[in-house]
Amino acid sequence: MRRFVYVAKGVAWRSVHNTLVSPAILLPSLIFPLFFLAAFAGGLSRISDIPNFDYKPGYTAFQFAFVFLQSAAFGGVFTGFAVARDFDSGFARRLLLTAPRRSGIIAGYALGALGRWLITAVVITTAALAAGMNVSGGGIEIVGLIGLGIMMNLGSALWACGVAMFLRTEQAGALIQMPVFIVLFLAPVYVPLRLLTGWVHAVARLNPATATLEAARGLIAGSPTKVALSFALLAGGAVLTALWARRGLASAERAG
Amino acid sequence: MSASPSAVALAPPHLFEQVGAVARRSVMRTVRQRGLLVFPLLFPLILFAINGSALGAATKIRGFPPVSYRDFALAVPFIQGALFVAVSTGTDLARDIESGFFDRLALTPLRGSALLAGQLGGSVVVACVQSVVYLAVGVASGVGIASGFGGALVLLVLSILIAFGFAGLGALLALRFGTGEAVQGFFPLLFVTVFLSSSSLPRNLIQISWFHEVATYNPVSYLIEGIRSLIITGWDAQALALGFGFALLLCVLTLGFAGTAMKNRLVRT
Amino acid sequence: MNSSSPAIEIEQLVREFRKGPRAVDGIDLAVSPGEIYGFLGPNGAGKSTTVLMLTTLLPPTSGRARVGGYDILRQGSQVRASIGAALQEAALDAILTGREHLMLQATLQGMPKADRTRRAQELLERVGLTEAADRRVGGYSGGMKRRLDLALALVHGPRILFLDEPTTGLDLQSRSALWEEVARLAKEEGMTVFLTTQYLEEADALADRVGIIDHGKIVAEGTPTQLKEEIGSPTVEVVPADAGAGDALAQRLASFGQLARNGRGAVTVQLPGGESQLAEVVRVLDQAHLKVASLQLHQPSLDDVFLAKTGRKLEGAGEDQDERQP
Repeated sequence: MRRFVYVAKGVAWRSVHNTLVSPAILLPSLIFPLFFLAAFAGGLSRISDIPNFDYKPGYTAFQFAFVFLQSAAFGGVFTGFAVARDFDSGFARRLLLTAPRRSGIIAGYALGALGRWLITAVVITTAALAAGMNVSGGGIEIVGLIGLGIMMNLGSALWACGVAMFLRTEQAGALIQMPVFIVLFLAPVYVPLRLLTGWVHAVARLNPATATLEAARGLIAGSPTKVALSFALLAGGAVLTALWARRGLASAERAG
Repeated sequence: MSASPSAVALAPPHLFEQVGAVARRSVMRTVRQRGLLVFPLLFPLILFAINGSALGAATKIRGFPPVSYRDFALAVPFIQGALFVAVSTGTDLARDIESGFFDRLALTPLRGSALLAGQLGGSVVVACVQSVVYLAVGVASGVGIASGFGGALVLLVLSILIAFGFAGLGALLALRFGTGEAVQGFFPLLFVTVFLSSSSLPRNLIQISWFHEVATYNPVSYLIEGIRSLIITGWDAQALALGFGFALLLCVLTLGFAGTAMKNRLVRT
Repeated sequence: MNSSSPAIEIEQLVREFRKGPRAVDGIDLAVSPGEIYGFLGPNGAGKSTTVLMLTTLLPPTSGRARVGGYDILRQGSQVRASIGAALQEAALDAILTGREHLMLQATLQGMPKADRTRRAQELLERVGLTEAADRRVGGYSGGMKRRLDLALALVHGPRILFLDEPTTGLDLQSRSALWEEVARLAKEEGMTVFLTTQYLEEADALADRVGIIDHGKIVAEGTPTQLKEEIGSPTVEVVPADAGAGDALAQRLASFGQLARNGRGAVTVQLPGGESQLAEVVRVLDQAHLKVASLQLHQPSLDDVFLAKTGRKLEGAGEDQDERQP
């Protein structure tokens, strides 16, 4: 166990360190969510004028919930890019050779993803508050919101690690991000679920990300809804993606 | 390894032949890496499919044009596709610089203008394919083109012109910085210009004042509105003049600067 | 350029990079037509920078150079028309086939359409890539890429060929095949070859003359034989059958010249009179009834020359710096 922890700590440290010292890695993960927040909360604010849109804290908070979860998911995606890059450069093979407990590598990358996302989360929350976001939820609700973000980040990071380890090339980037992107955008991003119509409504109803997004919005509004369901779904997702990542690692081990 | 030597008498190469040779290579590369085309082609279409439906409620805002949101949103994929053309043009050129292939070309009598034109020629072919696909998918999903068949053709011309201008930007970035990483690093910035425009709502319906200002001064708004006018309005002279005007300006500026950057990069004595 | 004037002529050529030392620090050299000139030095010595300047891809900071009789600064296009170059990286497009590379190069060189196919086929045969000609270069081995690189440099029939570390990373077989072709080009076609290398045996085997460059300066120049003779006479190493006989061995051999004791009783002695003294060494050992396990004559190598001129061994002397960092 101790060896597992050492490996995980080492890999996580490198991941966070590289993010902090390299603007090319850090800036996209900060800028993208900030611009999504600006574009959605700012550019689409008139959406809240449509009949039956009744989210009390306002459209900025409504969009913040989405951007917060999206940044958590993309924190994991960006880590997947880094894993793929490590395989392209040969560094990952060095890791496989050196690490006494290779599953610690996955844990390390996941921890690194969490570290990276926490930086982003602080920045976008500060930006949203500065833009006048209303938060009606109390301390416990905020802890719940952060918990949802952490779980989302974990699942996404494990998914991304798995793909990157299976394909072991930077060209895996599209395959890593596309499913995450689609799942997130097929949730009720711009309006509440009941205001969606057509095929998007049908898909969003079945999309597990919808429950998480509604839970996040409920926690910000101080009227929690579907929180337990969301945590259960995210925990199930994390278990599945952990198995996926482990299989990816085994594939990388076989490839040598 | 043995054969007789060969004396070769060479005439100065013709400019068009040089452009053709470089463009042929550029197209060949694209055709042989079809897989790389999938993401740039699919991504804007997926966003169009999702937003076209998910933002349907926006049509209920007072002042929104009397069309479906899908009609309104179809202009956006053309611009997003043009951004992907910019990135792929820049990445291809940067790869040539990084690998030394550019030096090999520099040792031939190839003119910088021919290299740039050839490279962009390949990008235009990609842009043509993309634009036709976006238009076909839009029409197939029920979007009507208010300006009719002629308008659809003008739409294709405008979108290809826009892609050409953005391809010039990609080439400029590659020639200026010389690495694919730098070119890709600019992609988020380019992408943001689409978000900070009238891509999601008409400018007069953007409520937040700073966003409205940015969208008004953002040339991408006028590129989108030029294309959009052909889809939802018909023949709108002002929107078209602004759309074509900004597209031409983009081409002139990016190609002009790319030409200078090419001269500096081809530091042959 | 007339037949007696040098194919390459360099005077006080300098290249400085920002925030760096002088990559090339005032070198002078001349290469005759049809000569193979080996430019030997460790990584970062200034070899590639020199080649980039001579091929007009990098302007010098100061100094003059003429290639094929043309000034590299004022007559760049004429220089490029006279030369072929295979630079350090085999700069190829992984997506194109070998034949497509040659056709593209021929087109850009302005070759008439009718000649391109013939020339491409001719060169593919010459470098032994006929079978792989229509395969994408991405699947080529290192040796095949280098051979294609060479063929591309020869498309327009240049008089002068620049090869920047052409065999780095190649296996022995590919290396000797490339050496053979380069030697043939010089011998049969009278091509001038300017070859940079960090391999002693490559310079030794191929070059008519060798220039040794270190820290941007030429520290020695001459034919390989001249350079080796310059630094001294051969040595003979004698290993006695009985390790305890080392003292007796040293006593007998001391009369020949300076000697050095190695492990297990072995003795190395210099032969100031050259290798003809070897017979005398054998006679002395025989007269003294000293049984010998092995006896080896060592000629001075270019590595010894490098050591004598720079105080370092060539191997590991490099600084691994990118020579084109601005």
